[in-house]
Amino acid sequence: MSEFIKVFKEGIYKDNPVFRQILGICSTLAVTNLMMNSFVMGVGLMFVTAFSSLTVSVLRLYTPKHIRMMVQTLIISAYVIALDIFLKAYWPSMSKALGPYVGLIITNCIIMGRAEAFAQKNKPLISFFDGLIMGLGYTIVLLAIAFVRELLGFGSIFGIQVLGEQWVNWTLMIMPPGAFFMLGIVIWVTHRFFDDNTDKGGAKS
Amino acid sequence: MIDIHPMIIFFAAIFTNNMILSNFLGMCSFIAVSGEIKTSLSLGQAVTFVLACTSVINYFVYYSILVPLKLEYLRFIVFIIVIAAFVQLVEMIIERYFETLYYSLGIFLPLITVNCAILGVSLFMIIREYNLFQSFAFGVGSGLGWTLAIVSMAGIRKRIKNAPIPKGLEGPGITLIITGIMALAFLGFSGIVQIQ
Repeated sequence: MSEFIKVFKEGIYKDNPVFRQILGICSTLAVTNLMMNSFVMGVGLMFVTAFSSLTVSVLRLYTPKHIRMMVQTLIISAYVIALDIFLKAYWPSMSKALGPYVGLIITNCIIMGRAEAFAQKNKPLISFFDGLIMGLGYTIVLLAIAFVRELLGFGSIFGIQVLGEQWVNWTLMIMPPGAFFMLGIVIWVTHRFFDDNTDKGGAKS
Repeated sequence: MIDIHPMIIFFAAIFTNNMILSNFLGMCSFIAVSGEIKTSLSLGQAVTFVLACTSVINYFVYYSILVPLKLEYLRFIVFIIVIAAFVQLVEMIIERYFETLYYSLGIFLPLITVNCAILGVSLFMIIREYNLFQSFAFGVGSGLGWTLAIVSMAGIRKRIKNAPIPKGLEGPGITLIITGIMALAFLGFSGIVQIQ
């Protein structure tokens, strides 16, 4: 059990993929102008990370070492395709809003990173959990950024108007620069308050 | 989408629809490699070259293989395999025949496979229904736009190397803030040409 708790802690803040490891921010930022989009994206990513970690882990003893990257990519693509088809069939408007960014989950470094760093060496169940928690850590950051952007840009949260009539939309926040500033600020704040002097720093991959 | 002139798409991909600054693609290597002007220029060249070729290859693969067979939903897997195979091939050719080029580009080529911008361009070109010339223009333009962004970022980072930056902002933090300012500046182009 303590194993699970450790994984949980690491995924949520100690090794949070976005602000600790600066991984997978390509698709992070593009969808954060609305909370709903970020939520769906985050859940989708959680699904893909968890199940591809599980599959990689189940197959880890049968996969020859030198082709493992290719196998991992194929596994991830299979789940992303499933997600894409699911969204297209049951939620066409969301599928349209997310556009190519669903497909781009494949190149999201988090999933490959977890498959390579964790699932390759651990048992299926804990790998699944690790993928789930990494996805959750990612979703939380996504939602935090989207919260500020949507609140300031549209005056709403999850599409519900909260700031009232007199609020003037701050259009810059829903444009690309807003996303860069917000992520920069999130990284700043987390470095400032959660740093326990074991700063790994620097961007990887 | 059919009648846009390829040149318009080309310039739009560089300035108004810049891969990094307005589509957030290729951020990972953008942040990691933008430390030096020379290396970022090499990476930019490699990305532009791979983009120009893979956009055309993927165009043919999609419209002459996947569409007739009604296998459109497999495009993610197929595109990523095409990109990986192409990068591998280029690496081997460069290593064999252009040794000096290999030493400047070589280490970046494997990195390119996982660069979201490459897959992103192929996906955008399918979604926006570009024809062959438009796709090629879009691929080259996106590559040049990406190079422009990463080289200017490397230049700026060199300038601020010795500047006093708040501790928490060092590294990726300040890079993102600068990217935001650059994106702001690039918004000024948005009136010139616009796609989507």
